[in-house]
Amino acid sequence: MAIGLAAVRTRSLFALVMLSGGFSLISAALFVTLDAVDVAFTEAAVGAGISTVLMLGTLALTSRYERPPAHRPWLPLFVVTVTGAALIYGTLDMPNFGDANAPAMQHVMPEYLAREPHEIGVPNIVTAILASYRGYDTLGETAVVFTAGIGVVALLATLARRRRRRDGEEEES
Amino acid sequence: MRHHLILRVITKILAGTIMLFAFYVQFHGDYSPGGGFQAGVILAVAFILYGLVFSVETVQQVMPPWLVHRAMALGLLLYAGTGVFSLLTGYNFLDYTALAPHHPEHGQELGILLVEGGVGITVTAVMLSIYYAFVGRTPVIGDEEW
Repeated sequence: MAIGLAAVRTRSLFALVMLSGGFSLISAALFVTLDAVDVAFTEAAVGAGISTVLMLGTLALTSRYERPPAHRPWLPLFVVTVTGAALIYGTLDMPNFGDANAPAMQHVMPEYLAREPHEIGVPNIVTAILASYRGYDTLGETAVVFTAGIGVVALLATLARRRRRRDGEEEES
Repeated sequence: MRHHLILRVITKILAGTIMLFAFYVQFHGDYSPGGGFQAGVILAVAFILYGLVFSVETVQQVMPPWLVHRAMALGLLLYAGTGVFSLLTGYNFLDYTALAPHHPEHGQELGILLVEGGVGITVTAVMLSIYYAFVGRTPVIGDEEW
Protein backbone atom coordinates (compact mmCIF):
# COMPACT_ATOMS: atom_id res chain seq x y z
CA MET A 1 0.00 0.00 0.00
CA ALA A 2 2.68 2.45 1.08
CA ILE A 3 4.80 1.45 -1.91
CA GLY A 4 1.86 2.05 -4.26
CA LEU A 5 1.25 5.51 -2.85
CA ALA A 6 4.93 6.40 -3.05
CA ALA A 7 5.02 5.14 -6.65
CA VAL A 8 2.11 7.38 -7.58
CA ARG A 9 3.63 10.41 -5.89
CA THR A 10 7.16 10.23 -7.20
CA ARG A 11 8.28 11.96 -10.38
CA SER A 12 11.62 10.22 -10.63
CA LEU A 13 11.21 7.27 -12.98
CA PHE A 14 14.27 5.53 -11.54
CA ALA A 15 12.70 5.49 -8.07
CA LEU A 16 9.46 4.31 -9.67
CA VAL A 17 11.12 1.29 -11.28
CA MET A 18 12.79 0.37 -8.00
CA LEU A 19 9.50 0.72 -6.12
CA SER A 20 7.65 -1.52 -8.57
CA GLY A 21 10.40 -4.12 -8.21
CA GLY A 22 9.99 -4.00 -4.44
CA PHE A 23 6.24 -4.26 -4.83
CA SER A 24 6.67 -7.43 -6.92
CA LEU A 25 8.92 -8.94 -4.29
CA ILE A 26 6.37 -8.22 -1.56
CA SER A 27 3.54 -9.73 -3.60
CA ALA A 28 5.74 -12.78 -4.14
CA ALA A 29 5.98 -13.11 -0.36
CA LEU A 30 2.20 -12.75 -0.26
CA PHE A 31 1.82 -15.65 -2.71
CA VAL A 32 4.08 -17.77 -0.51
CA THR A 33 1.80 -17.16 2.47
CA LEU A 34 -1.11 -18.23 0.25
CA ASP A 35 0.75 -21.52 -0.46
CA ALA A 36 1.11 -20.73 -4.16
CA VAL A 37 4.84 -21.35 -4.30
CA ASP A 38 5.07 -21.74 -8.08
CA VAL A 39 3.30 -18.43 -8.66
CA ALA A 40 5.49 -16.75 -6.06
CA PHE A 41 8.59 -18.09 -7.78
CA THR A 42 7.46 -16.68 -11.12
CA GLU A 43 6.56 -13.34 -9.59
CA ALA A 44 9.92 -13.02 -7.87
CA ALA A 45 11.87 -13.98 -11.00
CA VAL A 46 9.86 -12.11 -13.61
CA GLY A 47 8.31 -9.22 -11.71
CA ALA A 48 11.12 -8.32 -9.38
CA GLY A 49 14.02 -9.51 -11.52
CA ILE A 50 13.66 -9.30 -15.27
CA SER A 51 11.08 -6.57 -15.66
CA THR A 52 13.04 -4.25 -13.35
CA VAL A 53 16.12 -4.71 -15.51
CA LEU A 54 14.15 -4.24 -18.73
CA MET A 55 12.50 -1.09 -17.33
CA LEU A 56 15.96 0.23 -16.46
CA GLY A 57 17.05 -0.54 -20.02
CA THR A 58 14.06 1.39 -21.33
CA LEU A 59 14.85 4.20 -18.92
CA ALA A 60 18.29 4.51 -20.45
CA LEU A 61 16.57 5.21 -23.78
CA THR A 62 14.14 7.85 -22.52
CA SER A 63 14.28 10.67 -20.00
CA ARG A 64 14.62 9.98 -16.30
CA TYR A 65 11.88 12.25 -14.97
CA GLU A 66 8.17 12.25 -15.60
CA ARG A 67 6.70 15.41 -17.15
CA PRO A 68 4.15 17.26 -15.00
CA PRO A 69 0.66 16.20 -16.15
CA ALA A 70 -0.97 18.49 -18.68
CA HIS A 71 -4.57 17.87 -17.58
CA ARG A 72 -6.67 17.57 -14.42
CA PRO A 73 -6.59 14.13 -12.73
CA TRP A 74 -10.29 14.11 -11.71
CA LEU A 75 -11.78 11.97 -14.51
CA PRO A 76 -9.10 9.24 -14.33
CA LEU A 77 -9.37 9.31 -10.54
CA PHE A 78 -13.16 8.84 -10.80
CA VAL A 79 -12.79 5.89 -13.20
CA VAL A 80 -10.18 4.22 -11.00
CA THR A 81 -12.26 4.70 -7.86
CA VAL A 82 -15.40 3.22 -9.45
CA THR A 83 -13.49 0.24 -10.88
CA GLY A 84 -11.75 -0.37 -7.57
CA ALA A 85 -15.05 -0.20 -5.68
CA ALA A 86 -16.61 -2.67 -8.15
CA LEU A 87 -13.70 -5.08 -7.70
CA ILE A 88 -13.87 -4.88 -3.90
CA TYR A 89 -17.65 -5.41 -4.10
CA GLY A 90 -16.93 -8.50 -6.22
CA THR A 91 -14.64 -9.97 -3.56
CA LEU A 92 -17.55 -10.01 -1.09
CA ASP A 93 -18.99 -13.01 -2.94
CA MET A 94 -15.71 -14.91 -2.95
CA PRO A 95 -15.39 -18.01 -0.75
CA ASN A 96 -13.35 -17.76 2.43
CA PHE A 97 -9.63 -18.38 2.30
CA GLY A 98 -8.92 -22.12 2.38
CA ASP A 99 -12.59 -23.06 1.96
CA ALA A 100 -12.79 -26.67 0.76
CA ASN A 101 -16.17 -26.02 -0.89
CA ALA A 102 -14.87 -23.20 -3.07
CA PRO A 103 -15.72 -23.60 -6.78
CA ALA A 104 -12.04 -23.84 -7.69
CA MET A 105 -11.69 -26.86 -5.39
CA GLN A 106 -14.83 -28.56 -6.66
CA HIS A 107 -14.66 -28.69 -10.44
CA VAL A 108 -11.76 -30.77 -11.83
CA MET A 109 -9.34 -30.45 -8.94
CA PRO A 110 -10.38 -33.60 -6.97
CA GLU A 111 -10.18 -35.63 -10.17
CA TYR A 112 -6.67 -34.37 -10.95
CA LEU A 113 -5.57 -35.05 -7.38
CA ALA A 114 -6.98 -38.56 -7.50
CA ARG A 115 -5.69 -39.48 -10.95
CA GLU A 116 -2.28 -37.83 -10.93
CA PRO A 117 -0.24 -40.21 -8.70
CA HIS A 118 -0.89 -43.34 -10.74
CA GLU A 119 -1.24 -41.71 -14.16
CA ILE A 120 1.79 -39.44 -14.16
CA GLY A 121 3.58 -40.01 -10.87
CA VAL A 122 5.30 -36.64 -10.66
CA PRO A 123 5.39 -35.38 -7.07
CA ASN A 124 4.86 -31.70 -7.93
CA ILE A 125 1.25 -31.73 -9.05
CA VAL A 126 1.47 -28.19 -10.41
CA THR A 127 4.02 -29.34 -12.97
CA ALA A 128 1.87 -32.33 -13.88
CA ILE A 129 -1.21 -30.20 -14.48
CA LEU A 130 0.75 -27.50 -16.31
CA ALA A 131 2.63 -29.75 -18.69
CA SER A 132 0.35 -32.74 -19.12
CA TYR A 133 -3.33 -32.19 -18.34
CA ARG A 134 -3.17 -28.59 -19.49
CA GLY A 135 -0.51 -29.13 -22.14
CA TYR A 136 -2.47 -27.23 -24.77
CA ASP A 137 -2.66 -24.14 -22.56
CA THR A 138 1.05 -24.20 -21.87
CA LEU A 139 1.78 -24.61 -25.57
CA GLY A 140 -0.36 -21.51 -26.12
CA GLU A 141 1.52 -19.62 -23.39
CA THR A 142 4.86 -20.52 -24.94
CA ALA A 143 3.55 -19.35 -28.30
CA VAL A 144 2.52 -16.05 -26.68
CA VAL A 145 5.99 -15.56 -25.20
CA PHE A 146 7.50 -16.41 -28.58
CA THR A 147 5.21 -13.93 -30.35
CA ALA A 148 6.16 -11.21 -27.88
CA GLY A 149 9.84 -11.87 -28.52
CA ILE A 150 9.34 -11.86 -32.29
CA GLY A 151 7.43 -8.58 -31.99
CA VAL A 152 10.17 -6.85 -30.02
CA VAL A 153 12.86 -8.16 -32.34
CA ALA A 154 10.90 -7.07 -35.42
CA LEU A 155 10.30 -3.60 -33.99
CA LEU A 156 13.64 -2.79 -32.39
CA ALA A 157 16.39 -5.02 -33.75
CA THR A 158 15.76 -4.27 -37.43
CA LEU A 159 15.77 -0.56 -36.65
CA ALA A 160 19.22 -0.77 -35.11
CA ARG A 161 20.48 -2.84 -38.05
CA ARG A 162 19.08 -0.39 -40.58
CA ARG A 163 20.72 2.51 -38.77
CA ARG A 164 24.02 0.66 -38.66
CA ARG A 165 23.78 -0.08 -42.39
CA ARG A 166 23.03 3.58 -43.09
CA ASP A 167 26.01 4.67 -41.01
CA GLY A 168 28.17 2.21 -42.91
CA GLU A 169 27.03 3.62 -46.25
CA GLU A 170 27.78 7.15 -45.11
CA GLU A 171 31.27 6.14 -44.14
CA GLU A 172 31.83 4.53 -47.50
CA SER A 173 30.55 7.53 -49.51
CA MET B 1 31.70 -0.26 -15.23
CA ARG B 2 35.41 -0.83 -15.52
CA HIS B 3 36.30 0.51 -12.10
CA HIS B 4 33.62 -1.34 -10.07
CA LEU B 5 35.98 -4.07 -8.90
CA ILE B 6 33.63 -5.60 -6.31
CA LEU B 7 30.74 -5.78 -8.76
CA ARG B 8 32.93 -7.46 -11.36
CA VAL B 9 34.31 -10.09 -9.00
CA ILE B 10 30.93 -10.86 -7.44
CA THR B 11 29.34 -11.11 -10.89
CA LYS B 12 31.94 -13.59 -12.04
CA ILE B 13 31.23 -15.76 -9.01
CA LEU B 14 27.47 -15.38 -9.19
CA ALA B 15 26.84 -15.84 -12.91
CA GLY B 16 27.80 -19.51 -12.82
CA THR B 17 25.87 -20.11 -9.62
CA ILE B 18 22.75 -18.52 -11.08
CA MET B 19 23.00 -20.73 -14.17
CA LEU B 20 23.41 -23.81 -11.98
CA PHE B 21 20.34 -22.80 -10.01
CA ALA B 22 18.42 -22.28 -13.26
CA PHE B 23 19.19 -25.82 -14.37
CA TYR B 24 18.25 -27.10 -10.91
CA VAL B 25 14.88 -25.34 -11.19
CA GLN B 26 14.45 -26.68 -14.71
CA PHE B 27 15.15 -30.33 -14.06
CA HIS B 28 13.93 -30.52 -10.48
CA GLY B 29 10.60 -28.97 -11.46
CA ASP B 30 8.97 -32.38 -11.16
CA TYR B 31 9.69 -32.48 -7.44
CA SER B 32 9.83 -28.87 -6.27
CA PRO B 33 8.31 -25.53 -7.26
CA GLY B 34 9.48 -24.20 -10.58
CA GLY B 35 9.67 -25.34 -14.17
CA GLY B 36 10.47 -24.12 -17.63
CA PHE B 37 9.17 -20.57 -17.25
CA GLN B 38 11.02 -19.82 -14.03
CA ALA B 39 14.20 -21.59 -15.09
CA GLY B 40 14.23 -19.75 -18.41
CA VAL B 41 13.96 -16.41 -16.69
CA ILE B 42 16.68 -17.26 -14.17
CA LEU B 43 19.04 -18.45 -16.91
CA ALA B 44 18.42 -15.25 -18.86
CA VAL B 45 19.11 -13.24 -15.70
CA ALA B 46 22.58 -14.79 -15.47
CA PHE B 47 23.42 -13.52 -18.96
CA ILE B 48 21.79 -10.13 -18.40
CA LEU B 49 23.68 -9.62 -15.12
CA TYR B 50 26.91 -10.38 -16.93
CA GLY B 51 25.94 -8.00 -19.71
CA LEU B 52 25.10 -5.22 -17.25
CA VAL B 53 28.38 -5.41 -15.36
CA PHE B 54 30.72 -6.12 -18.26
CA SER B 55 29.30 -5.18 -21.64
CA VAL B 56 26.70 -6.38 -24.09
CA GLU B 57 29.44 -7.24 -26.56
CA THR B 58 31.03 -9.64 -24.06
CA VAL B 59 27.75 -11.48 -23.60
CA GLN B 60 27.08 -11.52 -27.31
CA GLN B 61 30.34 -13.37 -27.83
CA VAL B 62 28.91 -16.19 -25.72
CA MET B 63 25.30 -15.84 -26.88
CA PRO B 64 25.31 -14.22 -30.32
CA PRO B 65 21.98 -12.65 -31.35
CA TRP B 66 21.49 -15.02 -34.28
CA LEU B 67 21.71 -18.00 -31.90
CA VAL B 68 19.23 -16.38 -29.51
CA HIS B 69 16.76 -15.67 -32.31
CA ARG B 70 16.92 -19.25 -33.54
CA ALA B 71 16.63 -20.63 -30.02
CA MET B 72 13.35 -18.75 -29.62
CA ALA B 73 11.82 -20.77 -32.43
CA LEU B 74 13.65 -23.96 -31.42
CA GLY B 75 11.98 -24.07 -28.01
CA LEU B 76 8.50 -23.72 -29.43
CA LEU B 77 9.30 -26.30 -32.11
CA LEU B 78 10.51 -28.73 -29.44
CA TYR B 79 7.22 -28.32 -27.61
CA ALA B 80 4.99 -28.60 -30.66
CA GLY B 81 7.22 -31.32 -32.08
CA THR B 82 6.57 -33.48 -29.02
CA GLY B 83 2.88 -33.09 -29.77
CA VAL B 84 3.30 -33.89 -33.44
CA PHE B 85 5.41 -36.94 -32.59
CA SER B 86 2.64 -38.38 -30.46
CA LEU B 87 0.19 -37.50 -33.22
CA LEU B 88 2.27 -39.41 -35.81
CA THR B 89 2.62 -42.48 -33.61
CA GLY B 90 -1.15 -42.79 -33.33
CA TYR B 91 -1.96 -41.04 -30.06
CA ASN B 92 -3.66 -37.75 -29.28
CA PHE B 93 -1.78 -34.49 -29.71
CA LEU B 94 0.54 -34.00 -26.69
CA ASP B 95 -0.35 -37.42 -25.27
CA TYR B 96 3.00 -38.36 -23.74
CA THR B 97 2.12 -42.04 -23.55
CA ALA B 98 3.40 -42.18 -27.11
CA LEU B 99 6.98 -41.63 -25.92
CA ALA B 100 7.04 -44.91 -23.99
CA PRO B 101 3.97 -46.96 -24.91
CA HIS B 102 4.77 -49.79 -22.50
CA HIS B 103 5.41 -47.52 -19.51
CA PRO B 104 2.87 -44.69 -19.63
CA GLU B 105 4.33 -43.11 -16.49
CA HIS B 106 7.83 -42.99 -17.99
CA GLY B 107 6.32 -41.49 -21.13
CA GLN B 108 4.61 -38.81 -19.08
CA GLU B 109 7.82 -37.98 -17.25
CA LEU B 110 9.83 -37.83 -20.48
CA GLY B 111 7.13 -35.76 -22.16
CA ILE B 112 7.04 -33.25 -19.32
CA LEU B 113 10.84 -33.04 -19.43
CA LEU B 114 10.84 -32.33 -23.19
CA VAL B 115 8.01 -29.85 -23.01
CA GLU B 116 9.48 -27.97 -20.05
CA GLY B 117 12.80 -27.91 -21.89
CA GLY B 118 11.10 -26.30 -24.85
CA VAL B 119 9.46 -23.72 -22.60
CA GLY B 120 12.77 -22.99 -20.90
CA ILE B 121 14.65 -22.50 -24.17
CA THR B 122 12.00 -20.19 -25.58
CA VAL B 123 11.71 -18.09 -22.42
CA THR B 124 15.49 -17.69 -22.06
CA ALA B 125 15.86 -16.71 -25.71
CA VAL B 126 12.95 -14.28 -25.68
CA MET B 127 14.17 -12.54 -22.52
CA LEU B 128 17.69 -12.28 -23.92
CA SER B 129 16.55 -10.98 -27.29
CA ILE B 130 14.33 -8.35 -25.64
CA TYR B 131 17.32 -7.32 -23.55
CA TYR B 132 19.56 -7.17 -26.63
CA ALA B 133 16.94 -5.16 -28.51
CA PHE B 134 16.68 -2.57 -25.74
CA VAL B 135 20.36 -2.28 -24.92
CA GLY B 136 21.60 -2.44 -28.50
CA ARG B 137 19.87 0.77 -29.49
CA THR B 138 21.70 3.61 -27.76
CA PRO B 139 25.03 4.09 -26.08
CA VAL B 140 24.79 3.05 -22.44
CA ILE B 141 24.43 5.82 -19.88
CA GLY B 142 27.80 6.76 -18.43
CA ASP B 143 28.68 5.67 -14.92
CA GLU B 144 28.76 9.17 -13.48
CA GLU B 145 25.17 9.83 -14.54
CA TRP B 146 23.81 7.26 -12.13
